Parts: sequence; structure tokens; C-alpha cells
Amino acid sequence: MLKITDLVKRYGKGDPVLKNLDLTIEGESVVSIIGSSGAGKSTLLRCINRLVEPTSGSIVLNGTELTTLQGRELRAARRKIGMVFQSFNLVDRLTVMENVQSGRLGYISTWAAVMRRYPKKDIRRAFELMERVGIAHYADKRADELSGGERQRVGVVRALMQDPEILLADEPTASLDPKTSEQIMGLLRDLAGELKLPVLINIHNVNEAKIYTDRIVGMRYGRIIFDDKPDSLDQEAMDQIYSGSPHADRSTDMKEAS
Amino acid sequence: MSDAPDTWRKPPFIANRWLRWAVYLGVITYIVWVGASMPINWERVADGLGRAKRIFGGAFPPSFERSGLLIDGFLESLKIALLATAGGVALSIPIAFMAARNIAPLPIYYLGRAIIIIARSFHPVIVAIIFVKAVGFGPFAGVLTLIVYSIGFVAKMLAERIEEIDFGQVEAMRAAGAPYLSTLVYAIFPQIMPRQIGLSIYQLDSNLRASAVVGIVGAGGIGATLANAFGRYDYDFALAITIVIVGAILISEGVSGMIRKRIG
Repeated sequence: MLKITDLVKRYGKGDPVLKNLDLTIEGESVVSIIGSSGAGKSTLLRCINRLVEPTSGSIVLNGTELTTLQGRELRAARRKIGMVFQSFNLVDRLTVMENVQSGRLGYISTWAAVMRRYPKKDIRRAFELMERVGIAHYADKRADELSGGERQRVGVVRALMQDPEILLADEPTASLDPKTSEQIMGLLRDLAGELKLPVLINIHNVNEAKIYTDRIVGMRYGRIIFDDKPDSLDQEAMDQIYSGSPHADRSTDMKEAS
Repeated sequence: MSDAPDTWRKPPFIANRWLRWAVYLGVITYIVWVGASMPINWERVADGLGRAKRIFGGAFPPSFERSGLLIDGFLESLKIALLATAGGVALSIPIAFMAARNIAPLPIYYLGRAIIIIARSFHPVIVAIIFVKAVGFGPFAGVLTLIVYSIGFVAKMLAERIEEIDFGQVEAMRAAGAPYLSTLVYAIFPQIMPRQIGLSIYQLDSNLRASAVVGIVGAGGIGATLANAFGRYDYDFALAITIVIVGAILISEGVSGMIRKRIG
């Protein structure tokens, strides 16, 4: 279970990008976060694995408070949080297998990583997962030889190699064509079911959010103003989520806006 | 027809026309004044022409009689260049990481930049003079000099490459909980590797050239042979050495250009 309480993120002295935000994710649900650019979706996701440092508030994943962790403990916690990126963030000049195994870097020694001496069970797991998403035959190819959809599959497998307790996906389909995009969304939904994994997806495509996820969270400039089943997302709610201006919304008091 | 204007001129570099002309005039005046105030003694120029004629007269035809000495000097230069490149590149990698703003903490960054600036601020000949004083005449001083020279160039260029990397790959490793060194090896090394190889080859080529120069102030190699030949008025031998240096540099430049093109 992921429980976010009173989360605030402020860059420098400006208005907060996340404003006293609360969000709880239970079980193996697939949750999508929608909202216009700059609403804070990406910041929210990155606060969870601390790629972005939260200003205040609490984020608890399965009993571990994430916001106060440092050094080794932070790295150990990050291993349990898989992340899939919009621009895939694969190491282009390494092979698909090396990219997939890089999901295990938090578990193996630097020496083993440098020498590419991966544990047998990691290699077997990698082949299983690559087989599952249909990229096993690319194991020896360089990552930059693959197409967008295939690259994102590598990204997903890399995240799953971490043996995560939650999967974060930061606009995983924004760089893909519509058809590939649907395949990846379907894959994320199916994997969530198979691996009993909660998945949190930032997404711009509201239709895909409705089709592939169990719950939609609507953000508007630092606040959650919608949180319900996809069926309840009507035109009025949509207008609410996609209106407003960053500055006006961020600087007004929370109560007025909601 | 619309009223839109049909002429357009590029805005001048300095908008204020008075300031513009003042700057142009100032620059021209200064250059003329500098030229006029340099002491140029035409008598000495005339003498020099005669001397130059004597040197060139003595240099032809080039003499390869003492080719044993020539080959020894050249091999020593090659050794100096190879050792200095290996040492310089090996030291440049950690220094480049220190001097890359996007991955080094601020105090480390300043330290790394300081090392590079110091290594760059002196011409190899000056560094060579210092090392010759410190460790004595010979190739060891040459190696040390060219290590400093290599750091100044390779570390600087490599640090700039590190600052240009796609940081998303680093982020992905961090998100997976990878420790610092593993992150460097997986997310950064693959991105800078082609540049690293290209720089090393270029530096080997460059060190070979520089090793001839630093030899003149006593840091060993073919430069030392050349300086001796000049000192003993063996202009024909000096010309032979010069021809060999030019030939070696042409070959090394061709080879390094070919290799760098292959790596792309």
C-alpha cells in the first residue's frame, strides 16, 4: 500500500507545485493520473522514488517512510519501486540484456555489474520476462537498434527486474504511435494483474486512461480534484481538470479551489 | 499590394552608431600605434637574411649519416608520447568526472576545474622547463610534461562531453537503486566511450608532436637530438631530423584520422 499524506513540493521560492496532496493506492489496482502539462503529475511520481526531493509531507510504501531515507536505505527502498519513463531512458550503446539487468544494479555488487557476471536466477528471470513481452530474441541487440514500442518493452522489463512492490510509469506512451501506445498500456494492465502489482501511470491520453486503468486521479496545478472510477469521469469533471492557470491555481488557498 | 515594407537590413552589431564608429576607429588606431611603436631594426633584419642563407646553405643536402642517433631519438620520443598518453588519459578520466557540473558536488567540481585550468594555463615548454629543473634532463621530464599537457586537453573535453550526456539514463539507474559506481559504469561510460577513444588517439598524435618541442629544452626525445645538432652547427643533420619529424607527424595524423573516422 502506498500512502501519501500532505505532500508539498516547492521549487525554490515559487508557488508550490504540489500542494498538500493526499493519495492512497491499495492492492493491485492500475491508477492513472491525468491533468494538463505542469499540473505536477511528473513531480508527484518523482517524489515517490525521490528523484525529486519532497519539501514536506509523508510517503509511506508498505510500512516504510520514504521521505526521510538517506544513502544505502534510500537505494534499498528504490529497488522496490520500478519506474518506466516517457523517453525510455535506456542505455543506447548497451545490449538489451545489459539494459534489462541494469534493473538489478541495486542488488548486485559493482564488480559483478562491471564484469557482467549476472546471477543465474537473474538471467533466467530476464529471459522469462523478455519472453513474456516478446523481446527475448533481441537480448544481444544494442538498445538503439530497437523500435519505440520494443524499447519501451525493455524499459518495462528493466523495471520489473527490480522485483518491485509498485510500478510508476511517467507518460510511458507519450513517445509512441497510437497503436503501439495501446499495446504498451494493455501490457502494463496485464502485468499488473499477473504480478499483483499496483501501477501508477501518468498519462495525457484520457481515452487510454479510461480503457486501461481501474481508477483515475485528476490533477490540476498541484492538487487532486478528481479521484474516482473511469466511468464517473464526465465532461464536467474533464473541464474542471483541464482548466485553470498555473499561477492562479497554485497561489490560491486550497479550500477555495476545491 | 500591402503596405508591408520591402526593404530590410540586418541590425548592426552595435546599435549606437557613434559608439560603433568610435569602437572601429579605436581598434584601428591602436593597431597602427602598436605597429609603429615596435622597435624594428632593419639592419638586423638584413644581417639575419645573410645568416639564414648560411644556415640553409649548410643544411643542404640533409645528412642521414648519423641515422642511429636519429632513430634512437625518434624511438625515445615515441616512448615518451605513448607513456604520457597512457598516464594522461588514465588521470584525465577521474578528473573529468570531478569537473563535470552535472554529476560532481560543487566543491569537487571547483577542484576538478582548478586542476584543468592549471594544467592548461602553461605551455608545455614552460612545464618542461620546470620538470627538467625538478627531475633533471631526460625523457622522464618529458613524460611528466606531456602528462600535464594531456590532462589539460583530454580532461577538459571529456568533462564537457559528460556535461552533455542524456541524464535520463542516469535517472533510470538511480530509480533502480543502483550504487554510485554502478551508475557511472552503466549510464555514463557507454555514452562517453566513443569520445574517450577519439580523444586518446588525438592526444597520442598531439603528444608525439609536442614531445619534439619539449625535447629542445632538455626533456629528452628527438627534440633533444635536434637541439644538440643545432648547438653544434650540424645544420645538415638538423634538417634530416626535421624531415623525419614532419614525416612522422604526417603519418600519425593520417592514421589517427582514419581510426577516429571508423569510431565515428
